[in-house]
Amino acid sequence: MLQALADWLGPDGTTALLLSLKVSLWATMASLPPGILCALVLARGRFWGHGLLNGLVHLPLILPPVVTGYLLLVIMGRRGPVGAWLEQAFGIVFAFRWTGAALAAAVMAFPLLVRAIRLAIEAVDPRLEDAAATLGAPRAAVFATVTLPLILPGIIAGAVLAFAKSMGEFGATITFVSNIPGQTQTLPSAIYTALQVPGQGETVARLAALSIAVALVALGVAEWLSRAVARRIAGR
Amino acid sequence: MLSVALRHRFPGFALDAAFDAPAGITALFGRSGSGKTTIVNAVAGLLRPDHGRIVVDGRVLTDSAAGVMVPVRSRRIGYVFQDARLFPHMTVRRNLAYGTRFAPPGATGPSGGEVVEMLGIGRLLDRRPALLSGGEKARVAIGRALLSRPRLLILDEPLASLDAARRAEILPYVESLRDRTGIPVLYISHAISEVARLATTLVLIDAGRVTRAGALEDLLSDPASAALLDPDEVGAVLPGIIAAHEPDGLARIATAAGDLLVPGLAAPVGRALRLRIRAAEVIVSLAPPQDSSVLNVLPVTVARIEGEGATVLVQLRLHGGAALLARITQRSVDALRLAPGVRCHATVKSAGLVQGAG
Repeated sequence: MLQALADWLGPDGTTALLLSLKVSLWATMASLPPGILCALVLARGRFWGHGLLNGLVHLPLILPPVVTGYLLLVIMGRRGPVGAWLEQAFGIVFAFRWTGAALAAAVMAFPLLVRAIRLAIEAVDPRLEDAAATLGAPRAAVFATVTLPLILPGIIAGAVLAFAKSMGEFGATITFVSNIPGQTQTLPSAIYTALQVPGQGETVARLAALSIAVALVALGVAEWLSRAVARRIAGR
Repeated sequence: MLSVALRHRFPGFALDAAFDAPAGITALFGRSGSGKTTIVNAVAGLLRPDHGRIVVDGRVLTDSAAGVMVPVRSRRIGYVFQDARLFPHMTVRRNLAYGTRFAPPGATGPSGGEVVEMLGIGRLLDRRPALLSGGEKARVAIGRALLSRPRLLILDEPLASLDAARRAEILPYVESLRDRTGIPVLYISHAISEVARLATTLVLIDAGRVTRAGALEDLLSDPASAALLDPDEVGAVLPGIIAAHEPDGLARIATAAGDLLVPGLAAPVGRALRLRIRAAEVIVSLAPPQDSSVLNVLPVTVARIEGEGATVLVQLRLHGGAALLARITQRSVDALRLAPGVRCHATVKSAGLVQGAG
């Protein structure tokens, strides 16, 4: 069946799909720990700069993606302040690599991830955590045994959304890492390339259909999981 | 032994309370909004008071002057919340195990099996909290708190959300908690019948202040503190022991002041209990009533008369030092010429006796 799908998509389409899956998986996994932390801070923290952090997290949702990609290029590019340091210190390069595509996707998906987790955290009654503390549980244990299990469906829902968003990310990715087949050409970039070439209408349609299918499945899974949050917190 | 002294200011509400809670059940009694929960939250460490000092068994938990604020998890104070707060994603068994999990290894206390047996929750172990009734939740919450091996147990109106039948179902469990575990308990309530049945020490709270504090029997037979309670519920508590079951169905209760006869009591001979004698159901006469239907007549001496208006509260000293309260009219006081020192007789209708094990 996978072979049939590969034949149907053609070699370039298959490469793009596999790259998109790899990029999205990495983007999602790598942004989960900071996403959970960020959601916790936004849901529970009361500090100066709360609104600023909230705005910063949501910024990629509002900015034109090309601007986000440009900012990534300026900051994380090989000559950018952070990018240059990362290359020197750890040998990590983002510019024009698949890792850069993952970074761009992670940044663009971050607001969705944080939002879903934050909603789940806000649905947890903090008085349950107080109750755990009166029973002698240290703070980390309270988080691991009470908070985390109750928000787990929200985390998964956020991750599914982030994955779907990463699969569809185009503007920031193409700005930051360009559109190199086999390197940085993700599914949307491949569609864009095919659109530039006359007579590729069928390829475009197939890749587009695949994108729609991925998005629909992800939304369905996210919906089902967010219902599981409610069920779990109600204890049924 | 718990010792509490607190001052805390909220917008529109000031708390200024100090009291000691010896072994047994100490009831914090007062209206909703009088500050009872605020006090126990400070004891549990969930509230940092503006000023205050809280000491349990010689260990300072909070001392604002010395900058001491022991974190909640290290206080070892079991807290049974009004809304139980069981973990919804865990079964009853895992909720109970959560109490055991963080208990200090050396601490002693009832085992899991004993707790399950004492609270009668054996058949609930595999259920989720959402499928429990209010009374079942309260019992599981008590069990979970007990298994954390606390030095002190706080029960914040665990029965408030329950109907009368459910309350009657839980009270014996709280009594056995008092009698079998020996853990000191802070019991918040605004129902005097519960307090009279359970408490050893009574702390009356009003508008953030302690108005009276002392041994339950002393406070409930004191007209001055009784004036702070609901007039219909005022009444002394008299401890006694079931001495015999008479052939006609009455139980003979031996008290320090003499025997009293009570109908409809099934508990075995030798069982200790408390008789609550409502002030409204005590009749005062100079001579023992003759040719009357009443069974319980006790010789008494008038100790105090308190109150103004048509009805007053009379404190009647019994043999053995305990006291009764009687609510009678000022007209009767005048007619009988009642005054401190006057010897008379208190007639108690059997129906006026409310019992609870103790």
